[in-house]
Amino acid sequence: MSENESMNEHENIDRLIDELTGELTPVHRLWSPWVRAGLWIGLLLAVAAYFSMTTDVAAMLHRLGAAADMWLSVVGSASTAILAGIAVFQLSLPDRSPRWALLPLPGAALWIGASGMGCLRVLIEPASGHIAVADPNDCFIFIVGMSIPLSIIMILMLRRAYTLRPNLTAIVGGLAVASAAATLLNFVHPFNVTISDLAVHALAITIVVSANRLLGGNLLTPAK
Amino acid sequence: MPAQRRAGARVVKLKALSSPMPKDEALDERQIADQRWSGWMAAAQSGDRAAYSSLLREIVPTIQRIARRQGVEGDHVDDVVQEVLTSIHKARHTYDPARSFTAWLTTIAQRRAIDILRRTSRHSKRERHAPLAYESYAEPGQEPDRPRDEADRARILGEAIGELSEGQREAVEHLAIRELSLAEASRLTGKSKGALKVNLRRAMKSLRSRLGGKL
Repeated sequence: MSENESMNEHENIDRLIDELTGELTPVHRLWSPWVRAGLWIGLLLAVAAYFSMTTDVAAMLHRLGAAADMWLSVVGSASTAILAGIAVFQLSLPDRSPRWALLPLPGAALWIGASGMGCLRVLIEPASGHIAVADPNDCFIFIVGMSIPLSIIMILMLRRAYTLRPNLTAIVGGLAVASAAATLLNFVHPFNVTISDLAVHALAITIVVSANRLLGGNLLTPAK
Repeated sequence: MPAQRRAGARVVKLKALSSPMPKDEALDERQIADQRWSGWMAAAQSGDRAAYSSLLREIVPTIQRIARRQGVEGDHVDDVVQEVLTSIHKARHTYDPARSFTAWLTTIAQRRAIDILRRTSRHSKRERHAPLAYESYAEPGQEPDRPRDEADRARILGEAIGELSEGQREAVEHLAIRELSLAEASRLTGKSKGALKVNLRRAMKSLRSRLGGKL
């Protein structure tokens, strides 16, 4: 770089600093990621409370109590929703480690493992799987339908942040939304743990996470 | 306001740190700078322009050092500086004064340096070192099939503008083609005047290098 070019660059930097300083306005500091994660979990609890008042909770508990894999699967999906919710608000800040994305993995592993155990149980002991069965299409519609408002809320909660990894943040946000929708599904749709049912669930969750990655990734990309 | 109080407390702490007490000597320069920058940023969040200006000017060498450590070379180092300063401006509400400012700055600077490295690597992949090919080509402007009419020029320019990044294209469209003022373009795009200027300058640089003697 010639001396003149170097001087021009330094002048450009000086000018940019003057402009940024001139444009400076007071800002409201972003709430702590823990507070925002608390709000997200509070929202999920509020929705769950609404469903518990409007659905037959005793029947749901009876169904889940029928086999260990059933309630373990619910614990897995609920903990994924909570842990991914905590992770996504950490990832939404520029100075937080991308390793926060690993936080929901234990919950997801439990969720997937318990669901797999359920499949095995139904294969070994078919009678145990025949509880009240809902149409898998209804499960699909519920997970995707429930995920739409939750995704909108999640993106609104993340938009003021400034993530340096918009795609990773969007994927973890999508996982938080999809796992929350899958957990809430237990209130309204008794489902059978057959391979076809789980395949429908997996498809719905994949669609929700991918849609969040595609739409959320763009929406969360900070303007340079 | 709490932020100002905290900033004030940091300044007091800083003054105490700069006093010649043996215990304070343990704190190295970086820690002192970090506390000073953190205080300035907290003050900037409350709208203190003097603190903000001091902060931005003082962190430039640190950003340059981070960029070089990431492998950025030559005039691209200053491109990183400009992008980091703009990013800091946009992300200033996300800084938590209870945490290290240097860590916050470093992460942003490293990320922007990687962005620049990726961008320059994409450009260099399109270029090949081919001295023979270079020798056998006519001088720019001397090619027999050089497009001369306005339609060809407009098409070539349009294609080159289309290859720019979104921010650069936006700046060219509003400021160079539509000839809007910076204030109007800033209002329309929601971007700061500084960011628009930087994008326009980069776009022009990029167009000049891409078009060479084509027009």
